[in-house]
Amino acid sequence: MKRPTRLQSLINLMAPFLGLLLVIVIFSAMPEVQSRFLRLANLKAVATQSVIVALGALGMTVVVISGGIDLSAASNIAFSSVIAAAAVNAGLPPVTAVLLGILLGGLIGLINGALVTRLKLVPFIITLGMMGIARGLAKWVAHNQKIDAPLTWINELMAKSPHPPWLLLAPGVWLMIILAVVVAVVLRRTVFGRHVFAIGSNEATARLCGVRTDRTKILIYALAGLFCGLAGVMEFSRLTVGDPTVAVGLELDIIAAVVIGGGSLSGGEGSILGSMIGVFIMSLLRNGCTMMGWPNYIQEIIIGVIIVAAVALDRIRHRRAA
Amino acid sequence: MISPEPRVPALEMRGIAKKFGATLALDGVDFSLMAGEVHALLGENGAGKSTLMKILSGALRPDSGEMRLDGRTYHPVDPRVGRRDGISMIYQELTLAPHLTVEENIALGRETHRRGFLRRREVRRRIRETLDFLHHPEIDLDAPVRSLGLGARQIVEISRAIMDRARILVMDEPTSSLTREDMDRLFQVIRKLRSEGVGVVYISHFLEEVQAVADRFTVLRDGRNAGGGALGGTTLDGIIQLMVGRKMEELFPRTSRTRGEVVLEVEGLKGARMTAPVSFVLHRGEILGFAGLVGSGRTETLRTLFGLDPQVEGSVVLAGSSPPSGKPWARIAAGAGLLSEDRQGEGLALTRSLTDNVTLSRFRPYLRHGLLSIRKRRQAAADLIEQLKIKAGSPDQAVLGLSGGNQQKVALARLLHQDAGVLLLDEPTRGIDVASKAQIYEWMDRLTAAGKGLLFVSSYFPELLGVCDRIGVFFRGRLCVVRPVGEWTEERLMAAATTGKA
Repeated sequence: MKRPTRLQSLINLMAPFLGLLLVIVIFSAMPEVQSRFLRLANLKAVATQSVIVALGALGMTVVVISGGIDLSAASNIAFSSVIAAAAVNAGLPPVTAVLLGILLGGLIGLINGALVTRLKLVPFIITLGMMGIARGLAKWVAHNQKIDAPLTWINELMAKSPHPPWLLLAPGVWLMIILAVVVAVVLRRTVFGRHVFAIGSNEATARLCGVRTDRTKILIYALAGLFCGLAGVMEFSRLTVGDPTVAVGLELDIIAAVVIGGGSLSGGEGSILGSMIGVFIMSLLRNGCTMMGWPNYIQEIIIGVIIVAAVALDRIRHRRAA
Repeated sequence: MISPEPRVPALEMRGIAKKFGATLALDGVDFSLMAGEVHALLGENGAGKSTLMKILSGALRPDSGEMRLDGRTYHPVDPRVGRRDGISMIYQELTLAPHLTVEENIALGRETHRRGFLRRREVRRRIRETLDFLHHPEIDLDAPVRSLGLGARQIVEISRAIMDRARILVMDEPTSSLTREDMDRLFQVIRKLRSEGVGVVYISHFLEEVQAVADRFTVLRDGRNAGGGALGGTTLDGIIQLMVGRKMEELFPRTSRTRGEVVLEVEGLKGARMTAPVSFVLHRGEILGFAGLVGSGRTETLRTLFGLDPQVEGSVVLAGSSPPSGKPWARIAAGAGLLSEDRQGEGLALTRSLTDNVTLSRFRPYLRHGLLSIRKRRQAAADLIEQLKIKAGSPDQAVLGLSGGNQQKVALARLLHQDAGVLLLDEPTRGIDVASKAQIYEWMDRLTAAGKGLLFVSSYFPELLGVCDRIGVFFRGRLCVVRPVGEWTEERLMAAATTGKA
């Protein structure tokens, strides 16, 4: 009931960063990894590892804010990576291969959106179905095996040491940063963005206010598909092969990042900044745990705890603010 | 302890004050309740009634003031203390678990057991006794609560309070969703409780029923005692005057209106959920009221007109042309705006800010190179908040935290912001406080004087008669008769709404 003071609003603004800071502080304090953890080379590696989840999370954030969910994200990434690899393999120019991957990813999203609005079924069901369909299509296109494609400039997108070196970060990382800024601006400063929030908060109100809800939702899922397509291309760039079995379960990592970043699965809330921080919290944790030599299962437990704790803290913060 | 007075009040609250941030919600309020008395606590939304009751229950702590139960100092630190001392609250939203049976609901949290095994027979006997006492032996202990009507659910809730040995029962808007019949049964129960020495605090907006059931009343306004006394000696108008701080007739302003050309022409319109085609015209500068019973087709007509329900046949001419599409966005573009009867479910995006809610239907003024100006949008919302006297902390606040009256003003602000030429208002004043009502009437009058056309659906005849220029009555899906307001009275409206003839 209290009016938020300037300090409080500053704390609210900084809250997502606190988790990130906490992770960094903890690992920097560990004597075993202290020296390596904060080194530029390590952070560069973490950034590069984050690109695929981050790109998926950009689209997923928009979907989640609109009150939806996209379970087909990871399958779509695998599908797009296979498409890009197959295109390069077939001798198409790399630009065409990249565009094909992105656009077919977008097509899958478009179909998701069309089905959600036409069949009037919940997105969970539609995208759960699409999760299987896209994965199956990826295996079909790849004849159930990896597609070895000749090296092209595509594979430099995710290179550990970028070329030319003055780029500092891999081109994929720059792309991720630029797109994050673009999507954040779109969400906050465009009609489409405000409509996404309105639909997620109360679809009936949005309709009442003249928002073309069906059209907007189709656009939202298509956009999410395009980002998955791009993430698929990055996956192919990283692996140098098109692997239809890659990224299994990754959709849950993507959703977790969005949720850690303050996205509400009941819609109407979420931010790109938050989601990106969510992505980095998870990749820094993975990275730190690996450096510590902790086994995989410890990482899984920690990340599970973080998800629950982050959302619980977020709710407490909201209750205070209300 | 022997008290010097012959009759010590069961409850006495003196000089209660409570601050939330900068706003003083309660400013030295006095309230007392005798055993065996029904005391009505009246006031608009935001007058401080619920804050006072939360303090009584222990859910909130007062900043100053004292409370006494039977003459003994009482300082509840949380609601459990209040409950232990015999104070029971029955809220608007009932707190029963719909899937559990009557018995399970009443016994919940107070199961008697022996070594962990329930002793159901004992509990059932006590519940039966309580229901008998309330004259409701017909309620089946094994029926799941969701199968009961709202009235019966309320009886279950009251039984639970009585089994807690409540001596003070606070009922917050207990009748707002009850049928006439259930209401009468509830009043019988309240009288029974009174005869047994239970003190009842009765909060309601419906003054007629307050007169029927209460002995005394206290009116709060802006967190202070505005008046009170025995109900026998006071008229309804007198009470309303205390609540609003002004007279009833002043609620309905009527400046000079000039009826202009036809702005909406509806011919044989039938929607998917309408049972009969409807035809009428609406002029600029007039308010056309739609009276009728709930479910008589008024809301469906408005929704079809606005494109929220699909149109099956007929034609709609808005501001001289027929809209290119039957969807809401096209109707908005043609100058129509709808205020939904379902404020929370449809009218407002509750979790979003006032700015978002007010500007959602019209973004164009803030667009530059495809980007919205945050500052201008916020400023526009702030201006409307001020014009409509919406009580809110800032334009960035979520609508969720506002009172019903202020929420409804946000919904109206959206139509103003949209600059709609034809306003379709579906029960715009339902369930809101008198002061907000008065402000909404005032704005309706102002908009009409400015040449807008208003369609006004209401189930409350006095306000239809107070603000409309013409009133049409719906009966079983048909718009039976439309007449100038001067030819209607409440009785004639009621007759037309219930028989279809006038």
